Amino acid sequence: MIVNQFLVLAALLFSIGIYGVLVRRNAVLVLLSIELMLTAVNINLVAFGQYLQDALVSGQVFALFVITVAAAEVGIGLAIVILIFRNRSSANVDELDLLKW
Amino acid sequence: MQFTDWIADARNIVFLVIALAMVGAAVMVVTSRNVIHAALMLVVALAGSAALFLMLGAEFVAWTMVLVYIGAVVVLFLFGIMITRAPTKADPVRLDHKHRWPALLVALGTFAAMATVTTLAFEDAALPDGVARAGDIGDVLFDRFVIPFEVVSFVLLAALIGGIVLARKDPE
Repeated sequence: MIVNQFLVLAALLFSIGIYGVLVRRNAVLVLLSIELMLTAVNINLVAFGQYLQDALVSGQVFALFVITVAAAEVGIGLAIVILIFRNRSSANVDELDLLKW
Repeated sequence: MQFTDWIADARNIVFLVIALAMVGAAVMVVTSRNVIHAALMLVVALAGSAALFLMLGAEFVAWTMVLVYIGAVVVLFLFGIMITRAPTKADPVRLDHKHRWPALLVALGTFAAMATVTTLAFEDAALPDGVARAGDIGDVLFDRFVIPFEVVSFVLLAALIGGIVLARKDPE
């Protein structure tokens, strides 16, 4: 196994996530795409950790931190989406123009 | 390195199968016209990444991925879909923007840039073997990384309280 195969796969997943964030209208689907991007980052972290053979296992530890922060982000994100849906009865991101002049 | 040399390693065949399944599932996540299918395809992509973590010798991260993501986050997403009454039937006009080409261009540009840079930087650098057991990670986590660990737990607590406060109905 070479390290680059994991990096290229992670880059591909990250790009697919970017496409999803840009093209989706439903806020829940935007959050799903963000999860794809975070997964790509985790693959990179663990692959680099294995490549460097770090005594502190930093790659895996930081992957665990990213997983935790992603869980927090999903909780807050879905709470905000539910709040917006309750106020505007729509979860489409392109209809949210309250802050636009 | 030639492709025939690369594929001669049995682990790379496993990698190729997992990678193809992951990319297919990820494409389904961003293109599916059915919201529930998109969320369930995310499970396939995340399970593939857990398999890759096992290949990289990261046992604890792999099973945390299965527990936290597939067990909790995807269920949370399904509840979010249910509560916001997103269109669960095939409904082509409401889920995507009309203009997909700019987004596709940005995604392809990002991939080309990152893949070129990593290929130029790492070329054929081999990945060493080795397994990090859960005990090793626990030792490091509660020794060298104990303060970041506590900070992350505080972030999680704050997110929990924030989620409850945000989603609660205001008492009139």
